[in-house]
Amino acid sequence: MRPAFSVLLLTTLIGAAQGLFIALFLCELLAPSAATPTLLVGGSVIVLLLSGLGLLASFFHLGHPERAWRSMMMWRTSWLSREVIALPAFMAAAFAYGVAHWLALGHTLLIGVIGVVLSITLFICTGMIYAAVKVLKEWAHPLTLVNFSLLGCASGMTLAAAYASFVAPTLTAPLAQAAFVLTALGLLTRGAALVRNAKLSPASTLQTAIGIRHPHIVQKAQGAMGGSYNTREFFHGKSVGFVRAIVPAFLVLSFALPLLLVLTLPLLAFILQYAGLLAERWYFFAEAKHPQNLYYQGNS
Amino acid sequence: MTQLALVIDLNVCVGCHACVTNCKQWNTSGAAGALTDCNPYEAEPNGTFFNRVQTFEVGQYPKTETVHFPKSCLHCEDPACVPVCPTGASYKRKSDGIVLVDYDKCIGCKYCSWACPYGVREFDEQRKVMTKCTLCVDRIYDMSLPEDRRKPSCVLACPPGARLFGDVHDPESEVSVAIRERGGYTLMPEANTKPANHYLPRRKTTVTVRDEELYRSDNPHKIDGAPFDKNLPPTHEELN
Repeated sequence: MRPAFSVLLLTTLIGAAQGLFIALFLCELLAPSAATPTLLVGGSVIVLLLSGLGLLASFFHLGHPERAWRSMMMWRTSWLSREVIALPAFMAAAFAYGVAHWLALGHTLLIGVIGVVLSITLFICTGMIYAAVKVLKEWAHPLTLVNFSLLGCASGMTLAAAYASFVAPTLTAPLAQAAFVLTALGLLTRGAALVRNAKLSPASTLQTAIGIRHPHIVQKAQGAMGGSYNTREFFHGKSVGFVRAIVPAFLVLSFALPLLLVLTLPLLAFILQYAGLLAERWYFFAEAKHPQNLYYQGNS
Repeated sequence: MTQLALVIDLNVCVGCHACVTNCKQWNTSGAAGALTDCNPYEAEPNGTFFNRVQTFEVGQYPKTETVHFPKSCLHCEDPACVPVCPTGASYKRKSDGIVLVDYDKCIGCKYCSWACPYGVREFDEQRKVMTKCTLCVDRIYDMSLPEDRRKPSCVLACPPGARLFGDVHDPESEVSVAIRERGGYTLMPEANTKPANHYLPRRKTTVTVRDEELYRSDNPHKIDGAPFDKNLPPTHEELN
């Protein structure tokens, strides 16, 4: 699949925002004296900023962004529709949480619980958008859901540690430790997905695609001279060497360096981890081999 | 329940692309707007098509066969593209089973094309919506046309008649009989989308001649129930 940059930005930005919100809520719940309004209000502003940027990026993926509101209609069957509902709901909860802390309105824990539930719901919706595409075996697995959630939580927790190091230094160490654990867990589950996907055998072959049982079939014409939507949307267009180099790059940037740095330099750890997660998401798309590519052997 | 579909005979298709051009002509002239053409007269022409013909070579020289393979939306009975659509723009008609896109509702998120295993949906780069074969829904019910012209453009255009159109749920329809009697099959059955369109396989044309067609089966020397014996002397009638 061709990685759509707007989608890479959307999923990484809102993942970090959701993880940060959960981190803020845990700070308030477990260390109410140390969780200053500066941390919680400022943190909520960062949550809104990141998820707002993600929402903005998602519009660039659409052919008709002015009709985006219509995408809330089919929540009964479409995970994408559910995500479109869950994201603004999560942002509303984060906004209410920030305002409640800023103006000292109370009920912050209740709003926080609602926000955390919406954050988890949003993780499930985002992950299921990909895990529900049955024809892409690389995606259609619970690990997709686990990775979107864990990597979002890990980057959000790293960001929380980075932010706390400026406004609530006493919370930096525990947040950094939590980020360390989440990043290590993320490395395990993302590694498991890498191993699983490397061993996958495709369900469809050229023989089943055109229904001719013969071991030697060569495509002579793809039905278009200058390419088509099929040859653009479903191929990443990068060399084998590039794709192979992306894997160690995102493993180092998203996991190895943040694990080394998060306890001492959490801000640098977050910046590196975010860049790494962009590469991770790029590879997530690039490694998914769509069965329609069987009809385009010249590009496969 | 009606399920309209195409049945494409790979034994007959000669790869002339007449179905492709007639499809384009009809569907670019309709109320839904033109099918985009980008760089039509340049080095890299490309555009939106609902139907394309691909060519495969099966076997190794000198034992090879060229197979032309027309490819368009299969109007699956369990379409993977429909439930994923967030707006409801992609839908399957209950009345005749045609899978359609409402171009006024489509937001162009392309999610349906990811879910379809066959790659038969094409995003229109100028209209910015997902497009696909409509089975010429705007002409198959057009009462102003003579009845025998109420068929998809590709079917009408096909010079050797490789494309059949009809209701695959009606066991007596032309398409159902063809599927039943000529080994009709679906593409990628493992995707579990139950395509409505079927393909008829390549066939070797042979003439079978049985013994009783060479020797008279009403030979009076033949004893009822016993195997036919061609060593029997010719009868009087046969000699004359």
